[in-house]
Amino acid sequence: MTLIHASNSPAVSPPLEWKLSQVFGDKLPGEDVHDVDVISAIDFDQSGDHIAVGDGGGRVIIFEKTGGKDDFGDLSQSSRFHLEKLDGAIPDFPKYHYKTEFQSHAPEFDSLKSIDIGEKINKVRWCAAPNRSLSILSANDKTIKLWKVMEQKNHTLKGIKLSQSIISENALLAEKSFNDGETPDPFDAHSPELTRNTENEASSSDDGNCDIVYLEDSSVSRCRRVYAHAHEFSINAISVNSDWETFLSSDDLRINLWNVEVSNQCFNIIDMKPAVMEDLVEVITGAEFHPSHCNVLAYSSSRGFIRIVDLRKSALCDHSATILKDLTHGPKSFFTEIINSITDMKFANDGRHFISRDFMNLKLWDMHMNAGPVAIYKIHESLRPKLSDLYDNDTIFDKFECCLSRDKLTFATGSYSNQVRVFSYGSGNEAGVTIDATTNTNRKPYARTTTRARRRPSLGNLARGIYRQGHDNHSTGITETASASSYDVNSKLLHLAWHPSTNLIAFAAGNRLLTYHA
Amino acid sequence: MATMDEPLYPIAVLIDELKNDDIQLRLNSIRRLSTIARALGEERTRKELIPFLSENNDDDDEVLLAMAEELGGFIPYVGGVEHAHVLLPPLETLCTVEETCVRDKAVESLCRVGSQMRESDLVDSFIPLVKRLAAGEWFTARVSACGLFHVAYLSAPDMLRTELRSIYSQLCQDDMPMVRRAAATNLGKFAATVEPTHLKTDIVSMFEDLTQDDQDSVRLLAVEGCAALGKLLEPQDCVAHILPVIVNFSQDKSWRVRYMVANQLYELCEAVGLESTRMDLVPAYVRLLRDNEAEVRIAAAGKVTKFCRIVNPELALQHILPCVKELSSDSSQHVRSSLASVIMGMAPVLGKDATIEQLLPIFLSLLKDEFPDVRLNIISKLDQVNQVIGIDLLSQSLLPAIVELAEDRHWRVRLAIIEYMPLLASQLGIGFFDEKLGALCMQWLQDKVYSIRDAAANNLKRLAEEFGPEWAMQHIIPQVLEMVKNPHYLYRMTVLQAISLLAPVLGAEITCSTLLPVIVNASKDRVPNIKFNVAKVLQAMIPIVDQSVVDKTVRPALVDLTEDPDVDVRFYAIQALNSMDNVMMST
Repeated sequence: MTLIHASNSPAVSPPLEWKLSQVFGDKLPGEDVHDVDVISAIDFDQSGDHIAVGDGGGRVIIFEKTGGKDDFGDLSQSSRFHLEKLDGAIPDFPKYHYKTEFQSHAPEFDSLKSIDIGEKINKVRWCAAPNRSLSILSANDKTIKLWKVMEQKNHTLKGIKLSQSIISENALLAEKSFNDGETPDPFDAHSPELTRNTENEASSSDDGNCDIVYLEDSSVSRCRRVYAHAHEFSINAISVNSDWETFLSSDDLRINLWNVEVSNQCFNIIDMKPAVMEDLVEVITGAEFHPSHCNVLAYSSSRGFIRIVDLRKSALCDHSATILKDLTHGPKSFFTEIINSITDMKFANDGRHFISRDFMNLKLWDMHMNAGPVAIYKIHESLRPKLSDLYDNDTIFDKFECCLSRDKLTFATGSYSNQVRVFSYGSGNEAGVTIDATTNTNRKPYARTTTRARRRPSLGNLARGIYRQGHDNHSTGITETASASSYDVNSKLLHLAWHPSTNLIAFAAGNRLLTYHA
Repeated sequence: MATMDEPLYPIAVLIDELKNDDIQLRLNSIRRLSTIARALGEERTRKELIPFLSENNDDDDEVLLAMAEELGGFIPYVGGVEHAHVLLPPLETLCTVEETCVRDKAVESLCRVGSQMRESDLVDSFIPLVKRLAAGEWFTARVSACGLFHVAYLSAPDMLRTELRSIYSQLCQDDMPMVRRAAATNLGKFAATVEPTHLKTDIVSMFEDLTQDDQDSVRLLAVEGCAALGKLLEPQDCVAHILPVIVNFSQDKSWRVRYMVANQLYELCEAVGLESTRMDLVPAYVRLLRDNEAEVRIAAAGKVTKFCRIVNPELALQHILPCVKELSSDSSQHVRSSLASVIMGMAPVLGKDATIEQLLPIFLSLLKDEFPDVRLNIISKLDQVNQVIGIDLLSQSLLPAIVELAEDRHWRVRLAIIEYMPLLASQLGIGFFDEKLGALCMQWLQDKVYSIRDAAANNLKRLAEEFGPEWAMQHIIPQVLEMVKNPHYLYRMTVLQAISLLAPVLGAEITCSTLLPVIVNASKDRVPNIKFNVAKVLQAMIPIVDQSVVDKTVRPALVDLTEDPDVDVRFYAIQALNSMDNVMMST
């Protein structure tokens, strides 16, 4: 592994030791993975208490930290959590359990353009939680939706009722009925019934409002806003601004700025569409707001450029960008342009560095240094001779994501054969650590005995939470070097996210969600 | 008992529908919450309805919004001000929902309730509520709290006042930007209730914190507070504390902040006094008029008249007018358009000489602008200049602009200019109008676009109103009636439309002698569409003309039409005959 930067830090911290924490959605033997179940987006919320996962079937699944303050149910779960704590085997790493899921997007047909719009979720992003409910943005190719997830009515109602001193009176009233005209006292006969009947409530769930999804678990999801008709091309990124008031959505050629409260208008801030489409030389592949400066926005392009834009300078940001590019390309070939396309980028929490990922490399950048990346970590160098094969089966267009830890410059990105590579800048270990997420070893499946009816047969996998404890003695094969020769393009690990405060990575291997901690 | 049932039954339905599955029915019920409360009586409203509503806080946003609104006026139904505090719990819950408009409405209602509450109740229940919200775990509660301080503060004893001020200052430094935004938005209202001694210290320091916020969105709301705060402070304090901030803001890195300054600046002129305006605000404003960002120039250009009205004419001439000249040839059409919409107002401010010398060339260049919106904006405010310099000077350059707009490729532009025709006619006078614009008005009747023909017919009516029937007889009617021979039935229909609009203005005599024969003739048209429109027009003529004419001319024509082979023609003819009979019956 070659490096651009001069690694001169002698105090080398030992590489993190990654342990499998949890697996959700393991297949049963003989079960096929359907495309609709493949995870297509992951995001942690601010606190790290929740993970949102989007999949190819347009669903968003939410996992909640076990033992969190919002967690009331599932005693067996929390008692195990306690046992684990008593065990002392692992420090306090968050464990998650399935909370709820909802159908965010459905397949559509654009009759004006005669194209199918898939339901696949391209991105999920959390908004600031306004109260006990959660707030999530989800996007498919064309439409962004704002979802609210809250505890179901019945539960909250019961809680309130018990605390009210009026309850006895209400209960009295509830026993009377309207249609009974023979009661002596006319007033009492028409005593309006004010108590809520919880059974009625449950049946009233399907009140024709198709936006409301009631599930057997105790959460309700409601679509609060739909931000539609603003993207001609496929949305590839959404990012919430640090002012928590606005968010951006980017497609191949344009970036739009929205106010979360306003769904009927947005502002186009970047438009790369040339007057003649033949002149098109590059497309936008992703965009993200700076984690703390509300006015800074970075977007990446298919030519391997990263542009940093200051929204303060002007209303249209097409021309006022700082361009960061890596000019040290290897030998030019037919594939150069394809493999230079940036597939993902993320800001570091220090607000100065960020990382980008293309097909071959993970690059670390410094905003103040536009001459080139600070460091390059080669991920797929071994695949270079095989590029034409990869091109033939379209694998070369796989969009690998990357993520980094909040406190220091440690990053992770996915690869083939279900492998995740973790690097630390300045650690001295340039090869990084490889986590092998192939989970075919001896496992202890814990099928949770829930009576939830499965809406779709395949979806139960995630919800069921076939579950493996982090400290059992399996051999997940954390190896120091990637096996270079063999790669399995069918088990690629594209999507992953880092917990906002601890060393915990969640990643998607096919339809499974895995968490690793260190 | 039966008599008791009658009024109570609908109430029972309303109450039942509060729990209905159908959101529309729930909404209906909530909107009539006061009716329900009156029927229940004060005590049961307090003990049952209000607690029920408090529980009902996870309903659809629309229902919650209606509830928040209703509760604001609920004091009479719970037994007057001494019981007003029972309204606080449901409103407090509504202050924490995620939908902003519901929270805003709940805050508004809380303020309404709070401002009527007795002082002791405020201290006992309202102020604790404000403190609870301000210490809320979620930002929604803290955001709502910001909007309640001005009500709480007035009746709070000294100790509590100190506490409230310190809580507000914490809110100004909250972690969540939305809370700081709410604090910035409400600072002016809160400041208005704070004693002058604390105003200078506490409030001004909060304000200064907000103006240095990292988030653009907070700073630009702080700008909005500038003017309100400036008016509260003594002029010298305003100059000392607010003026440097606004001058800084006018050079802020963020164009959005400068945009806000451009919108607000004129309001501050009064607060700081003339001297500071001349020294600091005029240069700041001039900078904004020359800003790099078009959006900022649009805002600044839109306020140019208001700003000039406040500063004296000399300053305006010396500093502002040169910028205006530059803006009139700005590269952005939106800047020019924004300028064109207000620049006419500068004429009265500058006086006749300066207007002719300086402004007129700008008007003229804007009138020749390639962008139709700019020209339209000038023409729409024509009356303002006319008062100062008279139409003669303008008319020469005005006319080509009008003609060009009248023939514009985009029908919306043509439509807009038609709308201004009556105004132009009144400003230009009969003679000028006949000579230059009369032909245009006729031309529009034969436009390719229906909306234009429709507007043109309406325009004729308004002109007839302006200049009177005699003028119309001379200048409109002959041309219009001529068009009835047009080979295309759509144009003939326009004539019918024009006639039906003109008839009421022209009066019975002209209608009978000139218009009616044409209509009756048209009833023999070969196109059914014309014929049933004739039936409709004839129906409209009935109230205008004499009964004898109705019997002699209108009725036979309609009777003929009832035998038409076309079903629509028969339908409208019969409808017209029926209405004729109804009129006769009633008289």
